[in-house]
Amino acid sequence: MMKPGTYFMEGNTACAEGAIAAGCTFFAGYPITPASEILERMAKRFPEFHGSYLQMEDELASITAILGASWAGRKAMTATSGPGFSLMMENYGLGLMTETPCVIVNVMRGGPSTGLPTKVAQGDVNQTRWGTHGDVGVVVYVPSSPQEMFDLTIKAFNTSEKYRLPVVVLSDEMVSHMTEKVDIPKKEDIEIVERKKPEEPPERSLPFCPDEDLVPPMANAGEGYSVHVTGLTHDEKGHPSIDEETQNKLVTRLIDKIRKNADDILEYEEYMVQDADIIVVAYGSVYRAAREAVEIARDKGIKAGLLRPITIWPFPEDRIYDLAKNGTDNFLVAEINFGQIVFEVERCTGGAANTYLAPRMGGNIHTPEEIVDRMEAIEEGKIPDFKE
Amino acid sequence: MSIRKSRDWFSPDYMEQRSKKESAYGLHPLDCYLRKDRIPHIWCPGCGLGVILNSYLRALKNSDISPKETAVVSGIGCTGRTAGYLDVDSFHVTHGRAIPFATGLKIGNRELVTTVFSGDGDLFAIGGNHFIHAARRNVDFNVICVNNFNYGMTGGQAAPTTPKKAQTSTTPWGGFEQPFNLPGVAAGSGAVYVARWTAYHVEKMIESMEEALNKKGFCFIEVLSPCPTGYGRKVGLKTGMETMKYYKENSKIKDGADPTKVALDPDDPECEIIVGKFVDKEAPTYQDERGEIFDQARNELGVK
Repeated sequence: MMKPGTYFMEGNTACAEGAIAAGCTFFAGYPITPASEILERMAKRFPEFHGSYLQMEDELASITAILGASWAGRKAMTATSGPGFSLMMENYGLGLMTETPCVIVNVMRGGPSTGLPTKVAQGDVNQTRWGTHGDVGVVVYVPSSPQEMFDLTIKAFNTSEKYRLPVVVLSDEMVSHMTEKVDIPKKEDIEIVERKKPEEPPERSLPFCPDEDLVPPMANAGEGYSVHVTGLTHDEKGHPSIDEETQNKLVTRLIDKIRKNADDILEYEEYMVQDADIIVVAYGSVYRAAREAVEIARDKGIKAGLLRPITIWPFPEDRIYDLAKNGTDNFLVAEINFGQIVFEVERCTGGAANTYLAPRMGGNIHTPEEIVDRMEAIEEGKIPDFKE
Repeated sequence: MSIRKSRDWFSPDYMEQRSKKESAYGLHPLDCYLRKDRIPHIWCPGCGLGVILNSYLRALKNSDISPKETAVVSGIGCTGRTAGYLDVDSFHVTHGRAIPFATGLKIGNRELVTTVFSGDGDLFAIGGNHFIHAARRNVDFNVICVNNFNYGMTGGQAAPTTPKKAQTSTTPWGGFEQPFNLPGVAAGSGAVYVARWTAYHVEKMIESMEEALNKKGFCFIEVLSPCPTGYGRKVGLKTGMETMKYYKENSKIKDGADPTKVALDPDDPECEIIVGKFVDKEAPTYQDERGEIFDQARNELGVK
């Protein structure tokens, strides 16, 4: 990894350096704006420590190759943007079903379809949660700065190894292309988590039998465990089954693995929420404008606060419910889409507070003033609830 | 009944006898490669997959490759089920994606003797792009493509290999698309070893598979296989046996034939099926080439 110190670094570069610090030695990708700098950095850096950089024929191949590499025992990553992420949905599902640790970076740009390749948006938030078919539990980190591109990429690797699933780092064009101060800590100060290995000998091992934390230990290919890995519904031996009991047991566990460990995974940041009447919920690049908006609003006498989900899935459900129950009247969700996380916030308030949306269609982030205007209008009762 | 458990098929007496025999001799000389609790397999009577899998396992055994160092990756379909019967590190991935998965697996751990075992639809329709690129890169693994001329698992639909005029469930009036000539595609994309056999050519097939297992680089073997259920009965080859006879009578071994000229032509009055080893050449693999460039890079960077 890089020499410890303070650097002036672009978000995408910091992401690649975070992956390298986390122990990533396999990267497969396909060029796409605004994520290509991650590929370029990996390609440049990998010879130094005998890593494998593969430029694949498309994003279907990129994600499938990292799943293969993960089963070969490597820490593996791919990076893309919306159009490529749509192609990855198929094997994101395979990774979740086969419990394969890896990291997918999605640098969001304007959509739908080819959209606005060089400009910011946050339209893929629900795709990370619901984009692949079937019921899944997922973990998604949303960085707001180049520093977090470094830190959260390491965390994403750790979580993927600990809970055995593909973890998404959901950046956006603005955070990825922003150049800012990044502190690279000393190697010994970085926490690195490795996958659990089976303690049983191969003949007694049930490769998909979970421990108490609902995560099965993982034997890599070539370690003598003759693991069978299938995207079909499978039992604890890993053998396919069309039995509804097996389906129920497996899918419930895959969801519970995240749901019941949410306290360990969940991360969010709060700012001046204690006495807040109105809380702005913002993530990614918009968080930066929202924080300033809250400060301006406070100067104007509005009791404003800020909640930033750092893991957008799992979502800080209980915290929003608590805040709604304990005096916050209004939530304003500022996001660069036509309303995605706003539905989650509205659900979590349980009707105990009003939920409003400050939408934006992509191309640029909100200005702080725009968010302040919205807060003032809400305080004065001038704008309706987001659904009306 | 929701699932067919293998044990329900046999009487308790038979099972007792079987387990006695098994402990005395083992049930099959290739038992060490099989997940015995997954047998019997799901393949139809008359299917060629049993013969082809058997040939592959014999090739492994003849080459002295242990289950521990073997990895098999399959996609989706009848042939896609192969991985699930093998007591090796085996991966049954999404439709068409066996090759990119194997690419990651092999480059992730070069010690694994990796084989992609999949069908014609999986490898050349939905997975066609991955095939040509893996061949171009010359990644060091083998691809065994069992070509049964149709999508058997889903009920006999037309595939990119279905001959013109053949009737399938999605070409009820006869097919009219030009089919792929698989050895031509493989050779044109850069495969270092290309062969075609039928399920009838057991000895030749084993020999080819052994050669591929011991060769560095991207090796491709096409095996034509009877599919009486999905395809044969609609084209006048009602049983596996009839298809095998057809293969026996119409195949012509032409080692070294130009792979672009071995297309299966239904208009050929002699219905000739050209089989044999068409390509066997040396070329640096993906890992050789990368190693060289990366060594240079490390020299320039002054790291080891």
